[in-house]
Amino acid sequence: MPQNKDRAHNEPFIRVINIRKSFGSVVALDGVNLDFYRGEVTAIVGDNGAGKSTLIKVISGVLSPDGGKLIVNRKSYNFLTPSQAIELGISTVYQDLALVDCRDVATNIFLGQEPLKAGLFVDKKKMNRESEKLLNRLKVHIPSVTTAVEFLSGGQRQGVAVARSINQRGKMIIFDEPTAAMGVKESARVLELIRSLGSDGFAVVVISHNLHHVFSISNRICVLRNGRMAGDFRAERTSPNEIVGYITGTNELNTEVVKRGIFNHA
Amino acid sequence: MHESTLEERAKVKRALGNISPQLLLIIILTTMVISLSLSSPFFLTWSNLRNIFDHSSLYIILAIGMTFVISSGGIDLSVGGVAALSGVCMAVAMKSGLGVGAAIAVGLLAGGMIGAANGAVISRLKINPFIVTLGFMSVSRGLALIITGGIPIYGFPRAFTWFGSGHVGPLNPPMLIAAFIAAAAALALNRTRFGYYTLALGGNEEALRRSGVSTRFFKTAVYILCGTTAALCGLIVTSRLNTAEPLAGWMLEMDSIAAVVLGGTSMKGGRGSITGTVIACLLLGVLRNGLVILSIPAYYQQLLIGIIILTAVVFAEVRPRKALVI
Ligand SMILES: Nc1ncnc2c1ncn2[C@@H]1O[C@H](COP(=O)(O)OP(=O)(O)OP(=O)(O)O)[C@@H](O)[C@H]1O
Ligand SMILES: [Mg+2]
Repeated sequence: MPQNKDRAHNEPFIRVINIRKSFGSVVALDGVNLDFYRGEVTAIVGDNGAGKSTLIKVISGVLSPDGGKLIVNRKSYNFLTPSQAIELGISTVYQDLALVDCRDVATNIFLGQEPLKAGLFVDKKKMNRESEKLLNRLKVHIPSVTTAVEFLSGGQRQGVAVARSINQRGKMIIFDEPTAAMGVKESARVLELIRSLGSDGFAVVVISHNLHHVFSISNRICVLRNGRMAGDFRAERTSPNEIVGYITGTNELNTEVVKRGIFNHA
Repeated sequence: MHESTLEERAKVKRALGNISPQLLLIIILTTMVISLSLSSPFFLTWSNLRNIFDHSSLYIILAIGMTFVISSGGIDLSVGGVAALSGVCMAVAMKSGLGVGAAIAVGLLAGGMIGAANGAVISRLKINPFIVTLGFMSVSRGLALIITGGIPIYGFPRAFTWFGSGHVGPLNPPMLIAAFIAAAAALALNRTRFGYYTLALGGNEEALRRSGVSTRFFKTAVYILCGTTAALCGLIVTSRLNTAEPLAGWMLEMDSIAAVVLGGTSMKGGRGSITGTVIACLLLGVLRNGLVILSIPAYYQQLLIGIIILTAVVFAEVRPRKALVI
């Protein structure tokens, strides 16, 4: 795989080191270590409540962890704020999409990045124009970018959220179940997009429960169970059955993999 | 699978959305103006119209600040108290020898500061704005009473009373201030990042935060704006009466909230209309004036305005929700 070669020369884009996060007595993340590389599509799989969304919210600055650190561009952070994360090039499609329902499509796509005219007025025409272009490129079919998001179907809404994350022009894009509400055709497009983002050099993270999707787009598959890493595999060297074993816990931590050093990307 | 029902819902909502509340208000307003001018020859005289505009100006200024707060998903009950407190601050400043300009600045600053306090407590401690601004309503009213010892202060320089009772051609200064603020506010709400973020705060605050915008900063700014417009009202009331009255602006919070809701701004936040607010203030102004002209007792006025507001809320909030269930 070309990605493997690239990776050998590359530093990780972001290193997640011993991250812990609890909500009251619920331990959502119990010391997670994970590195993400540019040019690689990493899938994170795990049962409901395994801590997947919590992990990506820590990375995108939405939640601050109770312990551990994040290293981006060789700089160490105890936590990130959402604006820091976006500035560092980390964009996210959240599981709940984080859209402002009563505002229109273009306004949502440019939320927090509105272009200005004369340094003061929002350039709505430019927003509309560029949103249309972007949606066309992503082949998301939305009749008008001036429609309020609340009128859109579930799949269209996900399309808007994906468009916003692309529009932030980051280096890493995280997708938390991006195709959950999409039809077959729409999901195929988003999966294709994810794969191409990976080969375009983005660090791509995808959370999905659909192992078929996961295997069709990922270079690497990480399993999270009860807030801990339960396995980390090259996609071509594992199988859906094996992954299911790690998700449910019938396979124990893949110590072979750890010894071979793949787990730590040494 | 759900695609078709979603499309249906969208259609229904869009159709309902097309009957804009502002258009409805204009129709009601026109009807009222026509019937009032038919029933009284006095109604359409310039002195009566000027009277209406003059009174409405005060409400327009206040309700514009309130429009920002409500469309950001909040509420500000402290505006009446803040208007009184800033009037008192201006009066004390002038009595202690400060120039008119400086005194006005002191009063506006006081209003802005109460607004900042509202915003800081609401956004930092995440406490319900209803409770916080109710608290600051009492705080500012209390401060106004303490500063004056409960006794009104009166007798100010000409330059100060000009704001309430001066003339600019056929117009009064409050009308000009209201017109200027309305124009600036419409631009700010619809065309600037501040306006975009105000509406996003009301629509989905967490989404705005995740987009890297400081929600605390913008939320606080919205309350500062409202505090400042309340202080401007304090200026107008004080100069109009030539008296700083610690109990001035009584029920002003209710009147301004009513105008905002009547104007089509959503109590749930995320949607706001400056034009709607301005028309609603004019409508309430014409209504009050008409009731006086038709010599309907003041007690009935209160009742009628209450009924109108309830109807407006029912129209604005309940209908779309029903449409969504269809
Ligand atoms: N804001 C919160 N407050 C309290 N508990 C939370 C919160 N967010 C997550 N949790 C808990 O943390 C654990 C991990 O949740 P998380 O959302 O990360 O799971 P997930 O792996 O994304 O699951 P799913 O596949 O269902 O999306 C769960 O037990 C969840 O109930
Ligand atoms: Mg999740």
